[in-house]
Amino acid sequence: MSGCGNGVQPRDLAEQVARRSYGKLVAYLAARTRDVTSAEDALSEAFASALADWPRNGCPQNPEAWLMTVARRKFLDATRSTQRETASDEIEQNAMAIPFDAEATEIPDRRLGLMFACAHPAIDAAIRAPLMLQAILGLDAARIASAFLISPATMSQRLVRAKNKIRQAGIPLAIPERSQLRHRLDTILDAIYAAFTEGWIDAAGTDVARRDLAEEAIYLGRVITDLLPNEPEGLGLLALMLHAEARRPARRNAAGDYVPLAQQDAALWNPDMIAEAESLLHRASAMSAVGRYQLEAAIQSAHAVRVRTGQSDWAAIVQLYDALFALSGSPVAVVNRALAIAEVHGAHQALEDLNTVAADPRLAEYQPYWAARAELLARINSRRDAHHAYSIAIGLERDPSVRCFLEQRKMLIDE
Amino acid sequence: MQYLLTLYAEESGFQRMTREQQQQGMAAYMAYTEALKQAGAYVGSNRLQPIATATTVRTADGKTQVLDGPYADSKEQLGGYYLIDAPDLDAALSWAARCPGSQHGVIEVRPIWTM
Repeated sequence: MSGCGNGVQPRDLAEQVARRSYGKLVAYLAARTRDVTSAEDALSEAFASALADWPRNGCPQNPEAWLMTVARRKFLDATRSTQRETASDEIEQNAMAIPFDAEATEIPDRRLGLMFACAHPAIDAAIRAPLMLQAILGLDAARIASAFLISPATMSQRLVRAKNKIRQAGIPLAIPERSQLRHRLDTILDAIYAAFTEGWIDAAGTDVARRDLAEEAIYLGRVITDLLPNEPEGLGLLALMLHAEARRPARRNAAGDYVPLAQQDAALWNPDMIAEAESLLHRASAMSAVGRYQLEAAIQSAHAVRVRTGQSDWAAIVQLYDALFALSGSPVAVVNRALAIAEVHGAHQALEDLNTVAADPRLAEYQPYWAARAELLARINSRRDAHHAYSIAIGLERDPSVRCFLEQRKMLIDE
Repeated sequence: MQYLLTLYAEESGFQRMTREQQQQGMAAYMAYTEALKQAGAYVGSNRLQPIATATTVRTADGKTQVLDGPYADSKEQLGGYYLIDAPDLDAALSWAARCPGSQHGVIEVRPIWTM
């Protein structure tokens, strides 16, 4: 087997190219026909050809261009045979639309247009994140399914349906006009964040599919900030994810037990990620257009000052949650603000504040609300109510180590 | 691509309007139709008679059943349609958003199945 120079094996090279270029090639192939499924099929055939060809004939100078040439040919063959309903002149047009010069070194990056299609308001909100993970990063349905706790068959079905909708309903693989851009970008950012939080749930990183998902979401965040460097919310989201990811090593102790933020050893936080997050947030704030993700990132930044000062900036955190609540009206902001208020003004005032949203039906099954409530009640020594709130919080938690932590807290008040 | 915009609204709403409001409403639809034609997006459109005029037909086991009334008995009724030509869904959606029907009802946007 001949190598690829620099000791890189063909399989490794194909994997590297896949990681870097998958979405770029899919976006380029499907740009005009909107046929994401055929683009993905053509590309996977091209990768298979590469694995057969490169070990025999050596790796091409420009692997991305090689894959594009092969994938484009397979794509055109496939669309010719399947799209009988399409007028032949339209097929020719489509073929013309994917001109490709194998000598060219740069394939135009149309991933953003593909992302806007995946997160289009006409696509079911719950499938936007999985769709982006598949179309842009090439993750297979089974892996996405396990991360989102859905059966692989159901996930494949939903992905197929969404791709069919893009093609049949004519959802454009394009960047929306200026007046729509920010609003539409929000749907992309929400989908990326949904993928990140799915990955974030598995704090220990024992579930590979989950841990990877957080990394993939950060990668997607980087794609957005590279392609739209002047959108402050994109920068804010990436900063938020990096701040959260920076704490991963501190979220479990050596025994694998859950460690809440307040008790984490700040020395274990990843300083490079924090530094990058801070610089992103700084860039975003210079653009003077505050939004949800910038505020959430700023809150994480106010926790990160602990590395220097030994303490979170609780007063700033209360103010930031005020702003977040004013912006979103979400009771979740009130729950988190209550915990910050407890640090500044004490648990009594925090509970008063929390009671303002206690009747909100959105919180009835929201685990962090019950955990926060339990914690505050325990602090004012209201044992019976705290016991009740802990029970509900435990009942709603799916992570066993968090459950175990809450059970220990509950036992403490029972003593 | 061609898209069918089907307009659903509460039929009684139109009858409750004053004569002047009704005329304003009609004028808004005429202006919209004109704008579609001007942009070369117009393929066809029609307003339907009230649902009281609707009859449903179904053939099962060789027997044809004819029933008085519309197919779907919902709060909002199908009252008309526009068939338009648009480059993609976004363009079709922005035409739907401009249609007066989107203010007093709901518009369903669906691509035409090309044979």
